[in-house]
Amino acid sequence: MLYRLNLSINYKFQRPVGGGRQLLRITPADLPGLQEVQQCTVMVTPPALERSNFADFFGTEVIQLVLPAGLREVRFDMKARVLRHASASLLDLSSPISRLADEIQAVTDLGPNSPHHFLPPSLRIPVDDQIASYALANCPKGATANQVVEALGKALHRDMLFDAEATEVDTPAAEAFAGRRGVCQDFSQIMISALRSLGIPAGYVSGFLRTVPPPGKPRLEGADAMHAWVRAWTGTEAGWCEYDPTNACFVSADHVTIGYGRDYADTAPITGSMRVDGSQSGRHSVDIIAVD
Amino acid sequence: MAGELAEGTAERPLQDYRPLPGVPDEMVDANGSVRPLWSRLAAHLASLTPADLSDNLARADRYLRDSGVFYRQYGSGISTERPWPLSHVPMLLSQTEWNGIAAALRQRADLLEAVMGDLYGPNTLVASGRLPAGIVAGNPAWLRPMVGVRPRSGHYLHFLAFELGRGPDGDWWVLADRTQAPSGAGYALENRVATARAFADLYADANIHRLAGFFRDFRDALLDLRTDSDGRVAILTPGTLNETYFEHAYIARYLGFTLVEGGDLAVVNDRLMIRTVQGMMPADVIWRRLDADYADPLELNPASRIGTPGMVAALRAGSASMINSLGAGILESRAFMAFLPQLAPELVRAPLALPNIATWWCGDQAARDAVLSNPHRMSLGPAFATGLPFDPANQQIPSSDLTPEELADMIAQHGSNLVAQETATLSTAPTLVNGLLMPRPMTLRVFLARTSEGWTVMPGGFARIGATPDPSALAMQKGGTAADVWVVGDGPVAEVSMLRSTHGAASRGNPGGLPARAADNLFWLGRYIERSESIVRLMRAYNVRLAEAGPGNAALLAGMAPLLEPLGIDPERGIPPSLLRNLAAAIGTAGAVRDRFSPDAWSALQDIRRSADDMANRVTPGDDAASALSALLRKLAGISGLVHENMYRFTGWRFLSIGRLHERAMNISALLAVLADPDAPEGALEVAIEIGDSVMTHRRRFSVATSRETVIDLMALDPMNPRALRHQIDRLREQIDALPAANELGALSPLAREVLRLHAEIATADPAALDSDALWELRGRIAGLSDLLTESYFH
Repeated sequence: MLYRLNLSINYKFQRPVGGGRQLLRITPADLPGLQEVQQCTVMVTPPALERSNFADFFGTEVIQLVLPAGLREVRFDMKARVLRHASASLLDLSSPISRLADEIQAVTDLGPNSPHHFLPPSLRIPVDDQIASYALANCPKGATANQVVEALGKALHRDMLFDAEATEVDTPAAEAFAGRRGVCQDFSQIMISALRSLGIPAGYVSGFLRTVPPPGKPRLEGADAMHAWVRAWTGTEAGWCEYDPTNACFVSADHVTIGYGRDYADTAPITGSMRVDGSQSGRHSVDIIAVD
Repeated sequence: MAGELAEGTAERPLQDYRPLPGVPDEMVDANGSVRPLWSRLAAHLASLTPADLSDNLARADRYLRDSGVFYRQYGSGISTERPWPLSHVPMLLSQTEWNGIAAALRQRADLLEAVMGDLYGPNTLVASGRLPAGIVAGNPAWLRPMVGVRPRSGHYLHFLAFELGRGPDGDWWVLADRTQAPSGAGYALENRVATARAFADLYADANIHRLAGFFRDFRDALLDLRTDSDGRVAILTPGTLNETYFEHAYIARYLGFTLVEGGDLAVVNDRLMIRTVQGMMPADVIWRRLDADYADPLELNPASRIGTPGMVAALRAGSASMINSLGAGILESRAFMAFLPQLAPELVRAPLALPNIATWWCGDQAARDAVLSNPHRMSLGPAFATGLPFDPANQQIPSSDLTPEELADMIAQHGSNLVAQETATLSTAPTLVNGLLMPRPMTLRVFLARTSEGWTVMPGGFARIGATPDPSALAMQKGGTAADVWVVGDGPVAEVSMLRSTHGAASRGNPGGLPARAADNLFWLGRYIERSESIVRLMRAYNVRLAEAGPGNAALLAGMAPLLEPLGIDPERGIPPSLLRNLAAAIGTAGAVRDRFSPDAWSALQDIRRSADDMANRVTPGDDAASALSALLRKLAGISGLVHENMYRFTGWRFLSIGRLHERAMNISALLAVLADPDAPEGALEVAIEIGDSVMTHRRRFSVATSRETVIDLMALDPMNPRALRHQIDRLREQIDALPAANELGALSPLAREVLRLHAEIATADPAALDSDALWELRGRIAGLSDLLTESYFH
């Protein structure tokens, strides 16, 4: 599927803010075999004083900016053309979760896709007993890792209410879970916590969701904003699979990936002084249109 | 304190020294005889009468007190500065034993450097299965943004410390590796000076290796890491609330480096810069005393408020050298000790010369089996903890407290987060308890620094001495003490001086680059000291009149009220609480610039605050208060002398002076506006010249009676009177003109322009026109200088 993607982020400040460094993670990733970026531009208004790019540890493209001082407003406009392929196999090649620990231990690799990064607690996803017992209660006996991913994702979709007002960007997973409400970020972080508690390495994926569904399909939740979902390492043979708990589906050609991390902190679209300044209003809008 | 003798102790300190059963002692052997190495010290101690011993120890304590050596102790939500807990008796090591330790630690340092290079580089140790992935990927100290970042200096590690203990068979063991930002080297230096004072006779000719050479070599090594001869070497501190802040300031002063906090640094075009009063200046080499995770809120811990956004980007760009590399803290995790012995033969081509404490990482099946089959004399704790094996903070559980089932269950559940370590036993060393020597558990902290010739080892160090025979009470936070370490040479040792360096002249040549935050603090320090003096002078005059209680005094006292209010003075109290607050604020700001502030002035400031606090509880208004305030005034004069006569006349001193002159100018304007007003009560003019310390001058200059005109002339307009407004403005103008960028290519800065205008107005003022309204207006404009100064220099 070929998509035309437009993302606009606009911040307004009540009083002029000092210049500051920002990191943006908003551009779609080139993922051989899965996703191909044909064209991508990011415009910053007003123009940054300094601007450069680098890839972070997990391979996500980061735009590094220094903005001028005295801003009352700043805009980031990203436009891209992205070809996204459907994931290859629908066969469940994943391992039974009873075998997962040994398979993880056999991996002697610390590259960005190594499962070892995704099992220990991370900054935004500490160990949480409530989520762990929920995970245990919803984990089918003798299941494969893939089946556990699906069972947990469906359970969360059933038990959680999508509610854009209930949580903030900083709401801990435990709190969102206690209220059983939240947005894609909360669904994803809760699911990651649950999977890790069962010994399944799990990480956070940030990206986009097509705005207009294919003919005959319902419009998906989160399509008008940046989106997030989960990936899980399901064994030596199967490797990673991706699941969207907000929409209770495995990820395929309707999703466009920006990057991976252990939790929201690794993939936050904007990191920097704008995030901590209280007197601001930020809005973002997303259009992702299939062009063929 | 250990140095104080119990009442009536008549025995010699050594008389009852008995090693603990089954525990080796440093000073005496198993038969109870003093070892040859210790015989001189023991004989010296035995030769002292209790009174002499007490005097000698007091010399060391006095030195530490006068130098303001402290550490910060945390407890139940508050933290307090504590005097440095010196254990006066040094720990002795022979040259031969020392040489073995030093060589072994150099080898270990090379091993750690190799492991570090692999963990942040190709990761072959994990790929080949020699290190488990879990102890890296699950380790919070492995900082992913630093993976692949090559250190500009070519090395990841430059300054290390190792904790050593002596085991039951007399051999040394490494108990912990300190790679993050080791503290204690500065305290070791202060321990040395203090201990050398306590044992002055002995120290001079006992062939004890000196420490200065180590610091000189490391200073030179840091200067050599600069790529730009204008680049600065900065010591990065977490700030004044850190437990070892004293040491950061002390080392900065001792080595002549700039002390900075994260907020003093900024990253511009991927270069790390110091915000100074002269603008941005490159920071070329950073010796950090800050845990790496806090160094950059953008790419590391986003919750950090003490870091520098963009620090990681600057290091990625290779624009600065970081001592040690961000991420080096990972090697402190105890889990690594389970693997270092196997890695040594390959990475440093020899087995470890000094073993570390036996450690098993329970994420590994073979290790789990080993622990389960032989659980005696072991304890279990978190794999990534960095504390000493017996430190209660590690939540270490002795395996003997667990049933075999509990042990197996714990290992099965938390395997990869657990290490088992052999229970450490330590030797004991002598310390004075109520004037008597007692054996107490001891660990040794040894420091290594990288120079162009490789690792150099500080010939001495820092011994921790337990508060009780139980090794869990070694930590200072738990009452432990610190002793100097004397490496006793086989022959006379060379004297070393910090000055005998090729860099001496160069490093002294450039005292510029005053950090903006330091300038701000110095300015306010000047203001707080001056404001304290104003309050004291004002309240002395007030209380003298209160005591006289003559007719008309009530009106006069009421007439002074408009002066008290702006300074927050409550006249009902003999020592006004606002004075105590000002002195506390002065200490707070002085504490933040300890590296630039003379230790004598610091003690004087502490002393006056103690006196004022003490007086506040007992002094009553009137005569009592007047004489107490006179005493405080004399102490304040002493501080002024120490600060103004002893401080290097450079930018920092200027900001301090500006603060002082500025505050004084405002207070004189207000004083004259209130007390020289035509409607002021009878006697007000006399109060004004008394507070203005101008009684004698007035008598000499004007043989006529005191009048409004004579007072305005003498206290506002006379350039020769050091208390006059004119004099303050003259000096302010001089100081402001000499500030950086005050006069660039003939264009005056807004601050310089405003002070010039004020100066011209006062210099040409007509005494008759200088009425109260005009004086209040002047005071407002002088106050405005503070904003201009802040805008120009403190951002």
